[in-house]
Amino acid sequence: MSKIVGIVGTVPDPAFPLIHGKASLADGRLRIGGREVSVDRGTPALLAAAIRAAECLEGVDVYAFLVGDIGRGGGSRALYQFLEQHLAEFDLSVLAFHYLQPDVDWHNRVLFAVDAMPRRPVLIADAGFMYAAKMSGQAACYDLFTPDRGELAFLADELAPHPFYTRGFILHQDQAVPDLIRRAYAHQNGAAYLLVKGRTDYLADEKQVIATVASPAHNAMEAIGGTGDTLTGLLAALCGAGYSRTDAAVAAALANRLTGRYANPSPATQVAELIDKIPQALSKALNGYRKEASHVG
Amino acid sequence: MFGFFGKKKRRRTNKKGTLSVDRGILVFENTSDVIQAERALKQSGWTVRVMGPPPEIQTGCDLVIEFPLIEELNILRELEAADIVVMQVVPVTAPLLEPVSLFHTRDFGDYLMVRAANMKITVSKKDMKIVNISGGGCPDVPYLAREMVGKTLPAAPRPRDLGHTLCGYALDLAYGELCRKS
Repeated sequence: MSKIVGIVGTVPDPAFPLIHGKASLADGRLRIGGREVSVDRGTPALLAAAIRAAECLEGVDVYAFLVGDIGRGGGSRALYQFLEQHLAEFDLSVLAFHYLQPDVDWHNRVLFAVDAMPRRPVLIADAGFMYAAKMSGQAACYDLFTPDRGELAFLADELAPHPFYTRGFILHQDQAVPDLIRRAYAHQNGAAYLLVKGRTDYLADEKQVIATVASPAHNAMEAIGGTGDTLTGLLAALCGAGYSRTDAAVAAALANRLTGRYANPSPATQVAELIDKIPQALSKALNGYRKEASHVG
Repeated sequence: MFGFFGKKKRRRTNKKGTLSVDRGILVFENTSDVIQAERALKQSGWTVRVMGPPPEIQTGCDLVIEFPLIEELNILRELEAADIVVMQVVPVTAPLLEPVSLFHTRDFGDYLMVRAANMKITVSKKDMKIVNISGGGCPDVPYLAREMVGKTLPAAPRPRDLGHTLCGYALDLAYGELCRKS
């Protein structure tokens, strides 16, 4: 069975062409299709995290679908069109969607293309594509959404078409995360599982909060751009390695926090410094997981 | 957050209590045009506000400009002179979505972070250098971060000048709030 993890997203360079292929890291830079990209933020950071995680996981390959887009949407639409036409040719164990211009019509076309794939991959949506998935009313088609607390409030607000319009009474800090999770599911805006990133990470399904991960805690992580991207990259790699969606989510949350322990970050730390710590952090997180699994067994 | 029509012109309601049609919205091809139009109209003294579009013209990443309908011709002339193309002018008959207006500030000691909606910007207090930008989901966020991180607040380009999406607009609100606090 293939363990290929597909990652779909954008690069902040309008001249970057539509490229797909196996992605790797060399000297801290992402390499794909003869091109190199810095991994300081966005989808390249997610890819770098997945690749570093795959180093600890047997047989996992990371395959990227990338295009340049700086917010005008043209690149995203070209990539959507490519996926609509070609996704059926790919056998992927996981497919994670990331920084893409939210577009409900194109989202729906891509979801149809997923149905035509040789097997249904574990579907993960984050960032702009998660916004479109919520807007489309088809959140339940996804295995995992990875919102932060603000994005969870957006999922919980049945009227908001974008986090920018989340109503104040829902966005308010006093709203407890479990309440927002319940509200998101009540309005059918949750995937099978929600992995909510924050001071405490929550894993939940429609019925309950399944797990929380609150330590180690590093306040500075909230300010660092890309820590959500690395979490999604870890999650995608672990799902690709065959971990169940819940085990993958808990291990990814723990490993992402452990990168903070090893990097000892300040609010000025850049995400590349955390990505470097992923092999160490993931080994530690999985070691705990294996011990627990053998204890249970 | 936004004043509208000044104190003399308040929204009117009819006998049934619904909003009367005295407001319209300007619809543009993309968010960049909205941002440019807002800037041009405000510079010329018009009191307009950026809002969310009604559901029938929503695609998920949109802004529109709400304006007093009676001024339609003057405002269209103004935008034409600024070379900004308006795709549609639509009367408003129902409440529009309001952009988020809550800011959250977090003090890390040597660093200060401001969040608006889903966007966060963090500066070093010592030199007001932007050290991180996080959050958001639209593709201009990594681009804006690349252009802004490492520069001081006054030297950095404003998100509204480079951004194209609602995330970019939210980052501009956070940037503005941070400038007010510094």
